Amino acid sequence: MADLIRCTAAETAAAIASGEVSAVEVAQAHLDRINAVDEKVHAFLHVDTDGALAAARSVDARRAAGEELGPLAGVPLALKDVFTTKGVPTTAGSKMLEGWRPPYDATLTRRLKEAGVVILGKTNMDEFAMGSSTENSAYGPTGNPWDLSRIPGGSGGGSAAALAAYEAPLAIGTDTGGSIRQPGAVTGTVGVKPTYGSVSRYGLIAFSSSLDQGGPCARTVLDAALLHEAIAGHDPMDSTSIDAPVPAVVAAARQADVKGMRVGVVKEFGGEGYQAGVMQRFHESVELLRSLGAEIVEISCPSFTYALPAYYLIAPSECSSNLARFDAMRYGLRVGDNGARSAEEVTALTREAGFGPEVKRRIMLGTYALSSGYYDAYYGSAQKVRTLITRDFDRAFGDVDVLISPTTPTTAFPIGERADDPMAMYLADLCTIPSNLAGNAAMSVPCGLAPEDNLPVGLQIIAPALADDRLYRVGAAVEAALNDKWGHPLLEEAPAL
Amino acid sequence: MSVIDLVPYEEALASYDPVMGLEVHVELGTKTKMFCGCATVPGAEPNSQVCPTCLGLPGSLPVVNAIGVESAIRIGLALNCEIAEWCRFARKNYFYPDMPKNFQTSQYDEPIAFNGYLDVELEDGEVFRVEIERAHMEEDTGKSTHVGGATGRIHGAEYSLLDYNRAGIPLIEIVTKPIVGAGDRAPEVARAYVAELRELIRALGVSEARMDMGQMRCDVNLSLMPKGADKFGTRSETKNVNSLRSVERAARFEIQRHAAVLNEGGKIVQETRHFHEDNGTTTSGRIKEEAEDYRYFPEPDLVPVAPAREWVEQLRGELPELPRLRRQRLQSEWGISAVEMQSALNAGAIDLILATIDAGAPADQARKWWLGELARRANEDGVELAELPITPAQVARVSALVAEGKLTDKLARQVIEGVLAGEGEPDEVVAKRGLAVVSDDSALGDAIDAALAAQPDVADKIRSGKFAAAGALVGAVMKATRGQADAARVKELIFEKLGVTPE
Amino acid sequence: MPGITREEVAHLARLSRLELKSEELDHFAEQLNDIVDAVARVSEIAAEDVPPTSHPLPLTNVMRADEVRPSLSPDEVLAAAPAAEEQRFRVPQILGED
Ligand SMILES: [Mg+2]
Ligand SMILES: [Zn+2]
Repeated sequence: MADLIRCTAAETAAAIASGEVSAVEVAQAHLDRINAVDEKVHAFLHVDTDGALAAARSVDARRAAGEELGPLAGVPLALKDVFTTKGVPTTAGSKMLEGWRPPYDATLTRRLKEAGVVILGKTNMDEFAMGSSTENSAYGPTGNPWDLSRIPGGSGGGSAAALAAYEAPLAIGTDTGGSIRQPGAVTGTVGVKPTYGSVSRYGLIAFSSSLDQGGPCARTVLDAALLHEAIAGHDPMDSTSIDAPVPAVVAAARQADVKGMRVGVVKEFGGEGYQAGVMQRFHESVELLRSLGAEIVEISCPSFTYALPAYYLIAPSECSSNLARFDAMRYGLRVGDNGARSAEEVTALTREAGFGPEVKRRIMLGTYALSSGYYDAYYGSAQKVRTLITRDFDRAFGDVDVLISPTTPTTAFPIGERADDPMAMYLADLCTIPSNLAGNAAMSVPCGLAPEDNLPVGLQIIAPALADDRLYRVGAAVEAALNDKWGHPLLEEAPAL
Repeated sequence: MSVIDLVPYEEALASYDPVMGLEVHVELGTKTKMFCGCATVPGAEPNSQVCPTCLGLPGSLPVVNAIGVESAIRIGLALNCEIAEWCRFARKNYFYPDMPKNFQTSQYDEPIAFNGYLDVELEDGEVFRVEIERAHMEEDTGKSTHVGGATGRIHGAEYSLLDYNRAGIPLIEIVTKPIVGAGDRAPEVARAYVAELRELIRALGVSEARMDMGQMRCDVNLSLMPKGADKFGTRSETKNVNSLRSVERAARFEIQRHAAVLNEGGKIVQETRHFHEDNGTTTSGRIKEEAEDYRYFPEPDLVPVAPAREWVEQLRGELPELPRLRRQRLQSEWGISAVEMQSALNAGAIDLILATIDAGAPADQARKWWLGELARRANEDGVELAELPITPAQVARVSALVAEGKLTDKLARQVIEGVLAGEGEPDEVVAKRGLAVVSDDSALGDAIDAALAAQPDVADKIRSGKFAAAGALVGAVMKATRGQADAARVKELIFEKLGVTPE
Repeated sequence: MPGITREEVAHLARLSRLELKSEELDHFAEQLNDIVDAVARVSEIAAEDVPPTSHPLPLTNVMRADEVRPSLSPDEVLAAAPAAEEQRFRVPQILGED
């Protein structure tokens, strides 16, 4: 085997299955890589060396016993620290949960273990997934492997950075407003937000329940598809889980063909506020798709311009309620209990000390939007906008198979640049949010570097709910054509760490 | 607590009309909690029936208990409600340590059942219709124990201990529309409503509805309006009243208290109040500095409930005979008066009597034992009839022993006493205590001879045809055998020995 | 839309149990004002006849059978408790209704 850490997940799995390399060797190579570079990148909050090696040993033992292994057995993975892992620290990037070892595995965690995936550790994230830069982590920011002084996107910056830094070939993210796709775009990796309800949320620490969706992160579209099939599927523990077969995303990724597909370009995403280099790469992608045999149509979705405001009412409203459980009574941080204070006072002191400014801001914003007298104007209106956005999508998908847009308006910005300007920060999710509100599927694939800063640009592909396979068809076609053109995957242009 | 001179009840009712609203919470008897698979066994050790979901752990999610929904629909149908074609759960947001998520999963503006009524019968047989606003599904909270300070009360406690076994147990909240027009019978209506609701819940088999165990809890909202007025007054909300008697007393006390405040030109404060069993009064709860704002919104972790009409109709078709109608039927079958039926209801004896009849006892015997001897014992011990350590089958066996002549009534009471004392089945008690009626001729012979010898004059009277005189001899024999003799057989033997044959 | 005053922020902080410092009240008042100004736009297109969407997918009637599943052990339940006593969570005095 050449360089174990640079293999794709598909290649690694095949090598392990054929006995060319052991799962333990693969795990050790990645643990060594983490040891070597993570001090600089800070993608991980917790590295579970013992757990990873034990899981790898078990895969090797099963292979030795002649057991048939799954398509990802022995492949290492970086898990966003928002999914519970039994006995392994889980913080959601918050001081509130420092040192918490959950007594249960998330359904996604359990499925990964059952698939023989080797979980290397838990990755950094914006506190409770609130943010677009991973700067809101209580444990310090993560650097973008393309330029460590820049943000790796967020909230799942740790997972995306781990992929770009070759610390893991696979990672898991969660996407509430773009937290898988936007980090994917700014790190030159692939990120998919599956259809809402297709990956179980049981054990996913909730930010905004009606928007949160776990999904795969990888360096290739096929790897993302393999991971997608491992984690998706009905879960009776999640009432919002879809009880239907998972679309054949691996087959679609292998098909990688857009001939005859109708591709809609969302008219509303572009223009003012969009970086020139981002738009340039996007337009080239449109032409590429046309040259590959897709039919390009311009589509207008007028209510999409209301998606951002609707999102910043719905997500904070739900989070204000979801995060109420952090009250210092049953688990997590407790501050100020001096024997004289009341439970109410201790709760308020703990929440003041345990939550960072963005979390407090959103809790208060959500509390405001739900309070009597304001509910109809804010939360109520936002839910109506959601209906209008869904109607725009329905109309569009009556005409085209997929929609495309830039994933983000700009490339990775410098750490600290937007830290105390929430409105500027929120713009990072402008193009990704509509799919969260409507619940459909979307992907970001690398489509080149912006000429002005040599940083990765992402192409967003959006498909109707339950048609996730279309993302993979289009994404894999774009990926193959661009790799051909460049002569190598985009990530190989990233500077060495 | 300010001391207040209550207005006499009759005087209060002469000037004001009471308006009541009753909110009853019923804990369902499902095997598992409303949103998770934890068991609901009462009395389990603390925090042993708790999982990530009912502990509100980060990442956990709720899944609705189908029997919880079915029970809610059945209760709604029994209360003559409309059943929603589509409804949702909502989060009621407020912080309280006994509530793990710091929101209660409940229903807000889309209850599963609404617009119904329950007809209740008062002591004298008058039927009063109580209109039902809604019945909705929600979940219970954990239990706190207050440590330090006075007698486990929350005030002055140093700290509290929390057990979440009860957290998440399904509750159905049943809310009446304002009850107007009950006049001086308002407290009686309140009591009769809660009693009837309890019977109904039990008949549906959805809960044992034991108020003493908190399985059914009632909030009494009450206001007064001057006679002739058409606008409701300000109400007080007396929380968690936990017995039928207390419901009536709380309403009565609040009528007198409101009247006193209003008569002095005062204003009723809208507040929660607490009822005190010991002296029948209510006191003010904590007055909050700011109004509660529960920020209800649709629960995003649960999907809407849209009960199919066929299912609802099927459930309607399977409803058991409703308690009031069943009582009417039983009353005529048993040939008893309305008052007797009412006392059987109040004693909680109806199902026990029926079960005893099912076990083979004649109806009058079953009634006699449960409403006589056993009701007296339950009353003495301060427990509900059903809690006495005796089963309908055991009562039926005692009744059979009497019918077979093996026990007299007096002996039967001793057998029951033995069963209640844990001495075993009726037959075992008879054997151990040696209570069987003595009808063995040889055993009786000596006692009869002694009686004849002691009262020769009586023997002569009998020989001369005055058969009724035999009573004195029978009495003597019974005394000598400490009541265990079979009196009829004793009489026969006496006549035999004296060689007479009474007509 | 009316601006959010410092007092309103204090009220929101009380409702959401955040013991905000004085300087935070001012800072958040300013930021929340900006955000609310920007998001209030939603009412522009939220017409009377548009139904609200609370769930992205039109699922209904997802229920489970009333069958007992294993609970956690009391040790697991209490493992993360900041304080415990007699197999219960120990919490500071509750100022409640009594
Ligand atoms: Mg309630
Ligand atoms: Zn549970």
